[in-house]
Amino acid sequence: MNNTKTRPRNMGPGPNRGSAEKPKDLKKAVKSMIRYLDKYLPMIIVALVLAALSSVLSIIGPNYLSDLTDVITDGILTGINFDKVKSIAAFLLTIYLFSASFNYIQNFIMVTVSNNFAKDLRDKISTKINKLPLKYFDHHSYGDILSRVTDDVDMINQSMHQSLGTLVAAIALFIGSIIMMFVTNWILAITAIVSSLIGFSFMFLILGKSQKYFDQRQVELGDLNGHIEEIYSAHNVVKAYNGNKDASDTFDKLNKNLFTCDRKSQFLSGLMQPIMNFIGNFGYVCVCVVGAILTTKGVISFGVIVAFIIYVRLFTSPLSQIAQGMTSLQSTAAASERVFEFLEEDEMEDESNLTKKLNPSKVKGNIEFKHVKFGYNPDKIIIKDFNCKVKPGEKIAIVGPTGAGKTTMVNLLMKFYNITDGDIKIDGVSVKDLTRENIHDLFIMVLQDTWLFNGTIRDNIKYNKEKVKDEEIMQALKTVGVDHFVKSLPGVLNYEITDNESVSAGQKQLLTIARGMIKNAPFLILDEATSSVDTRTEELVQKAMDKLTEGRTSFIIAHRLSTIKNADLILVMNEGNIIEQGNHEELMRQNGFYAELYNSQFRK
Amino acid sequence: MLKLIKDFNKKDWLIIFASLILIVFQVWLDLKLPDYMSNITVLVQSEGSQMSEILTEGGYMILCAAGSLAAAMMVGYLTSFISATFSRKLRKQLFEKVQGFSMEEIKKFSTSSLITRTTNDITNIQMFIAMGLQMLIKAPITAVWAVFKILNKSWQWSAVTGAAALVLIMMIVILMVMVMPRFKIVQKLIDKINGLTRENLTGIRVVRAFNADEYQEEKFDVQNEKLTKTQMFNQRMMALMSPVMYLIMNLLSLSIYFIGAYLIDAASLNDKITLFGNMVVFSSYAMQVIMSFLMLAVIFIMYPRANVSAQRVIEVLDTKDSILDGTFNKPTKKTGEIEFKNVSFKYPDADEYVLENISFKAKKGDTIAIIGSTGSGKSTIVNLLMRFYDVTDGEILIDGVNIKDYKLDYLHNKLGYVPQKAVMFSGTVNYNVSYGDNGKEKSDKLIKEAVRVAQAKEFVDKMPNTYESDIAQGGTNISGGQKQRLSIARAIAKNPEIYVFDDSFSALDYKTDYVLRKELKKYTKDATSVIVAQRIGTIINADKIIVLDSGKAVGIGTHKELLKNCEVYKEIAYSQLSKEELENE
Repeated sequence: MNNTKTRPRNMGPGPNRGSAEKPKDLKKAVKSMIRYLDKYLPMIIVALVLAALSSVLSIIGPNYLSDLTDVITDGILTGINFDKVKSIAAFLLTIYLFSASFNYIQNFIMVTVSNNFAKDLRDKISTKINKLPLKYFDHHSYGDILSRVTDDVDMINQSMHQSLGTLVAAIALFIGSIIMMFVTNWILAITAIVSSLIGFSFMFLILGKSQKYFDQRQVELGDLNGHIEEIYSAHNVVKAYNGNKDASDTFDKLNKNLFTCDRKSQFLSGLMQPIMNFIGNFGYVCVCVVGAILTTKGVISFGVIVAFIIYVRLFTSPLSQIAQGMTSLQSTAAASERVFEFLEEDEMEDESNLTKKLNPSKVKGNIEFKHVKFGYNPDKIIIKDFNCKVKPGEKIAIVGPTGAGKTTMVNLLMKFYNITDGDIKIDGVSVKDLTRENIHDLFIMVLQDTWLFNGTIRDNIKYNKEKVKDEEIMQALKTVGVDHFVKSLPGVLNYEITDNESVSAGQKQLLTIARGMIKNAPFLILDEATSSVDTRTEELVQKAMDKLTEGRTSFIIAHRLSTIKNADLILVMNEGNIIEQGNHEELMRQNGFYAELYNSQFRK
Repeated sequence: MLKLIKDFNKKDWLIIFASLILIVFQVWLDLKLPDYMSNITVLVQSEGSQMSEILTEGGYMILCAAGSLAAAMMVGYLTSFISATFSRKLRKQLFEKVQGFSMEEIKKFSTSSLITRTTNDITNIQMFIAMGLQMLIKAPITAVWAVFKILNKSWQWSAVTGAAALVLIMMIVILMVMVMPRFKIVQKLIDKINGLTRENLTGIRVVRAFNADEYQEEKFDVQNEKLTKTQMFNQRMMALMSPVMYLIMNLLSLSIYFIGAYLIDAASLNDKITLFGNMVVFSSYAMQVIMSFLMLAVIFIMYPRANVSAQRVIEVLDTKDSILDGTFNKPTKKTGEIEFKNVSFKYPDADEYVLENISFKAKKGDTIAIIGSTGSGKSTIVNLLMRFYDVTDGEILIDGVNIKDYKLDYLHNKLGYVPQKAVMFSGTVNYNVSYGDNGKEKSDKLIKEAVRVAQAKEFVDKMPNTYESDIAQGGTNISGGQKQRLSIARAIAKNPEIYVFDDSFSALDYKTDYVLRKELKKYTKDATSVIVAQRIGTIINADKIIVLDSGKAVGIGTHKELLKNCEVYKEIAYSQLSKEELENE
């Protein structure tokens, strides 16, 4: 959890937001975006109309300001008509107020929509996680899914309310000001547009260039951060092998690359504002000069020039906003593409047609494998033809070297994966006819990597089982022998388990066993811990595990010799397949893989 | 923050000074612009002015604008240079500092925190310097200068402008006060959401086995709801910013014109035209004033965050190294000898000793094994031997020399260290095995031999480019057991006097463990080995086994001796092996 906790988020204004990512298929991304936004569309349209209206109002403004100036100029010699001044001012005031409130209402709606949308997406992702087949998680990193839940959804939220409204307003402003300019005076309009265009072509040239450096900077920064992460987390080995110099050299090289891109991208992006100012001023002079010619010829009044001065500003400002809005929408599209891609992954097959149900309290505990074939990849069958019959209460040990595929057995028993061919029958009922949920109810599963979440001990033990009394929990804790420890904790059952080290690995193991006891089911899957537990705790764990197997049909991924020797059946696995089966004596007599495995540990 | 800026050298200050002059020049030009603007306005306004006059004034104005642009470009160039150089230097400084840290300092900060300090925090500071430096100089100059220029024009206009600036700043302050604390809450909630998702992902098998998907989703929903609410509040507040800002600016121009109408009306005939020109100019100056106040506000918003980052960086830079390098780097007469003399160790702020009074001696070629329950201090012995920590009392001698006297790299060259958790670097198999600098070139033959001994040949040969195959960062593209074998090969390739295995074999299955140790013994007949282990099988043949219990050595001897006279050892042995197996020995 630690690497996400400390990551600061960009919340202030800043130019270096990094470069825009491009979506793979823009059209498709936009289409699915609209589909997901479905119920919000009316609200969004209202907001966009308001954004456009607010822009239109701010375009009308200058016209009246120009009227106001005209009234003043007209009255310089004769005395100003204050009734007119007042009425124009009052009108302008109204327009400004309306424009501002439209703008705010628009923002308000978009914020509401984008946040609710983000919430929906997060909800959908969270639900989706539990609907995907395990296969998906065995092939995708957690980091990838996590970044979709937070970063990508955040990105969609931010840019939806920041960009979409601004973009529409900017476009309306842009088009509106062009129309108004032409309506007012076409000669000045052309002057204003041409003079700005000269500046803009220059600006876009720079924009394109700086984009390149921003992209490059992002890559360099990623490389450097990767190197830092690698060296810091391997600190001991770097030291012990005198790798410092090597690390420093690489660092210097990467740091220099970053410096170059950094400097260039920052310089170029810093130019935007000054150039914008220059364009504004340049346009101002052009409009004034041409305007002056027209005024002296009596074609226009002075007020028109005042209006145009503002039009030039209105006309130039939205262009950079449009450019920014476009890139930001592009990254939104890319982010939403990733989110939608995840939401549209194939889910586990629907099981609502399965009606058979086994009652956990009535199941006897027979299990039968009949010609089971299985491969994670249909082209590569690893379990070729597995047959065996297990009677209630028997213990089956699964052994084999690391990577032999012992967890495959867990995956098949729990129906995390479907078998390719053959059948597994529980009390004579094929697992194909049982829902996953039903099968899960029949099994207690205690895995080696103890999974406890941030929460109280009580929540961790009873987990999702409702109506569990504290006495029952204490009883389970007592049975596994961890009651003294829990009682020593502040708050006892209310003690919050966090990432800190106050609960040792062994104790965590005991707590997960207690969770299994509370669940109570006829079958057991147990993954024995190999190491990292001290001897005394290990004894406790073993005793607890033995208790758990009592009266249950148990599948044990075994590392302990005593477990293996006492098992009713040993399944020896190698390279994914079950290569030998039988009890200890039988297998030793065969003098095959098992015998070799067994001897390797104690041979001199 | 200031403390970091103090590190600027002469050249940096020179550049800052040059930027300052350029900025003053730019501000002068920017404020000159409205003068020309007003001249043009007056010219256009008055009857009978010549076209050529307008063109001259217009020309000057464009010249001014171009000059300002040029100055801005130069300032941009200089500041981007400063900020990029600054972050480059700071990053390097920090990186070297952390490289020099011992385990103690690393533990104090935690690795992940050090990573963010070197990456994100420095980027934050850099961003502030890049944007802030310019604004910090420009905003006050512009504000003061512009205020100065308009003050004598009309107090009514000044008052309106002042009021507008005040309202704007007040709004920003109020928004910040309301929103800032909630930003932190949002951050925490996002972490929670992240945590819950991670929890669900890491425990996916358990979640399914317990049919607990709904339970998990409910927990998620609660936090999601909270996050959405808080974030919505924040964003709704922040959404006020831009409409209100524009409203104030628009109202300001309107007020200036409105007041202007009255002022002009009241003025004498001669002043009227000047006053009119002033009015147009004033509205433009007023915008400059407002903008510079806005800039200042932005700096004040940015500063706290940059400052927090700066403090975090300074904290690392100010940390004193706890391990000091020695000077001894001559060849020793004896090789492969280790001696612990009454060694005790406790963490700096702790009361209890982790290790107490440990003494033992190893001759060249010996295998020393250390066994005991978790927390008994096994790994601490390794950490002390590697000088990741310094002993609290007593001394450790290697080849008759106190390890504190050795130059660190010289000491480390004597030792071949294999950590509990295998570490892989991004690079090829070759790079990983030949990693590090011990003054000797590692030939391909040596690397191949090391890989063979470490039982890694089989899978390396199967990799797409064998020894030139890429290993991903953290070794994510190979299995845990494979990583461990390569990590062992790395130690073998170094050909050290002393091997140090910190519980390096438990990621291997029994069979590989066994074969590897046998091959290793054959290959390194005369090297000394220190092995920390969990499994009795791994250490059964050691020359000397040290049994640790809560930091004390409760038994030292061979397997057979210990079985007879060490209770703790017996307990461990019986929990792993059956009686008859032990008796077969």
